[in-house]
Amino acid sequence: MRVDQVLVTGDAEGELLILDEPVSFWGGVDSDTGRIVDPRHPQIGAMLGGSILVLPHSRGSSGTSSSLVELLRTGRGPIGIVLGAADSMLTVGSLVAARLYGMTCPIVVAALPERSSGIWHIQGETLERSNS
Amino acid sequence: MFLAETDKVVLGGERGKAAQFGMEMLIAVGESEGARELIDIEQAHIDGCLLHAQALLDFADYLVDGDAAVVVPTTLNVSSLDLLHPDLYRGDAETASQARRLMDAYVEMGCEPTWTCAPYQLASRPSFGQQVAWGESNAIVFANSVLGARTGRYGDFMDICCAITGRAPYTGLHTDEGRLATVQIDLRVDEDILDGEVMYPVLGYLIGRLVGQSVPVITGLDSRASEDRLKALGASAASAGTVGMFHVVGVTPEAGTLNQALGGRSPQRIVTIGLDELDASRAELDHGKGELGAVSVGAPHLSLSEVAEVVNIASGRTTKVPFYLNTSRDILDQAVVSGVDIGLEAFGATVVTDTCTYVTPIMGPVAGDVMTNSGKWAYYAPANLGVDVAFGSLADCVESAVAGHRVTTGPWS
Repeated sequence: MRVDQVLVTGDAEGELLILDEPVSFWGGVDSDTGRIVDPRHPQIGAMLGGSILVLPHSRGSSGTSSSLVELLRTGRGPIGIVLGAADSMLTVGSLVAARLYGMTCPIVVAALPERSSGIWHIQGETLERSNS
Repeated sequence: MFLAETDKVVLGGERGKAAQFGMEMLIAVGESEGARELIDIEQAHIDGCLLHAQALLDFADYLVDGDAAVVVPTTLNVSSLDLLHPDLYRGDAETASQARRLMDAYVEMGCEPTWTCAPYQLASRPSFGQQVAWGESNAIVFANSVLGARTGRYGDFMDICCAITGRAPYTGLHTDEGRLATVQIDLRVDEDILDGEVMYPVLGYLIGRLVGQSVPVITGLDSRASEDRLKALGASAASAGTVGMFHVVGVTPEAGTLNQALGGRSPQRIVTIGLDELDASRAELDHGKGELGAVSVGAPHLSLSEVAEVVNIASGRTTKVPFYLNTSRDILDQAVVSGVDIGLEAFGATVVTDTCTYVTPIMGPVAGDVMTNSGKWAYYAPANLGVDVAFGSLADCVESAVAGHRVTTGPWS
């Protein structure tokens, strides 16, 4: 399907990790491991690494951008992000990671895919389930 | 996006690589949020000086190498170190040295070494209607809501991009339209609960969970919602949610009436909050197990009147547990001038400036709960520090420290 908006363009292919609630990247995710550590988050323990992360938006701290950059730097972060609404703190994080480390983490706004297994693919303005 | 000639000059790299990158960021982020132009800003507040990731240092180095210099008055948020009380830091020397290097980098760019998360307590705070670019979620919500200044929800990196270009994307909370409330919070509680201070951070926490990215307008509060109480409300709301601005009818400057805050439209949602909802939220913030191990007050940094309140309540008594008081070096200076600091020393408080106990290793191992008056501290400390948090009023925090065990004069004191 065509996404509603491309915040950071790029390609990513991987499994979806669909969050039931927004997460705070600073304080809510351990940047050394990519694990959700917010005790109030229903998916505490989930690992962000290597996933296409699906969430409504981020939560809380101004440290969101740098926490995303750090996750991308250490390779513990998502390979792509699908948001329910534009979130400039995540956009900034992805753009800075590209500048500093050459890491690409495409971010799109799209109608959130329903809970789904299998491999998905973000490519420019499209978000598709891979055929394989 | 329409660019002024001066913006094009910066984008062309004539003012250095850092300013060029800053302009590229403003355009990319601005376009993603539907901005059609950039506007001048009058000041900035930078959140990127707390070392919680190597990426922050790499970014600061990148900017300094690119000849970054701020072009508007720019204050700095809390760092990882207390430069006035360096012995308080319990981390390793290598991390401390990197943290110091990060702080120095931002000072080198021309930022003022204010090291506070409450820049609205400085004399330089912006006035009504001023366009600014602030980082730090609690400062953003205070500037927009209480001062009526206008800032987007800037975070690490974006705030300094605004400061070195003097520009910001004209969108969202910078615009009249973006500041209008779309959700009404109808608070219905007894008078005595509005008298106490505990309700305010709890209400903020609840609103943060409820409204997502929307701008809420609160009805049912009155002039008892002082600046310090609105500070607590906003800090909790911005921690638990993504709140960049709220209105309080009859209290905050863009909400003389409900109709004004809503821009003459009907709210998309009305949420009624009573004691049951508040009780449930209070319980989510309070995980005290019983034994009192330490007390930490001030997140955001305590104001001068809050510091004076601690001293007044403590009067002549001493704390039985480690008592940490987080404030800014500016407020501490004022406390020294007015003699309030003597009372703090007599009480046995450990004064922490330039940083905060939940973002850097200052507290030693704690045997028991840590009690706080801060919804924000209560929100982050369990994950950041691995401690159990007891939550209460500033007065209850002091009384508990004196008693050596938790004292509660009432859940909504």
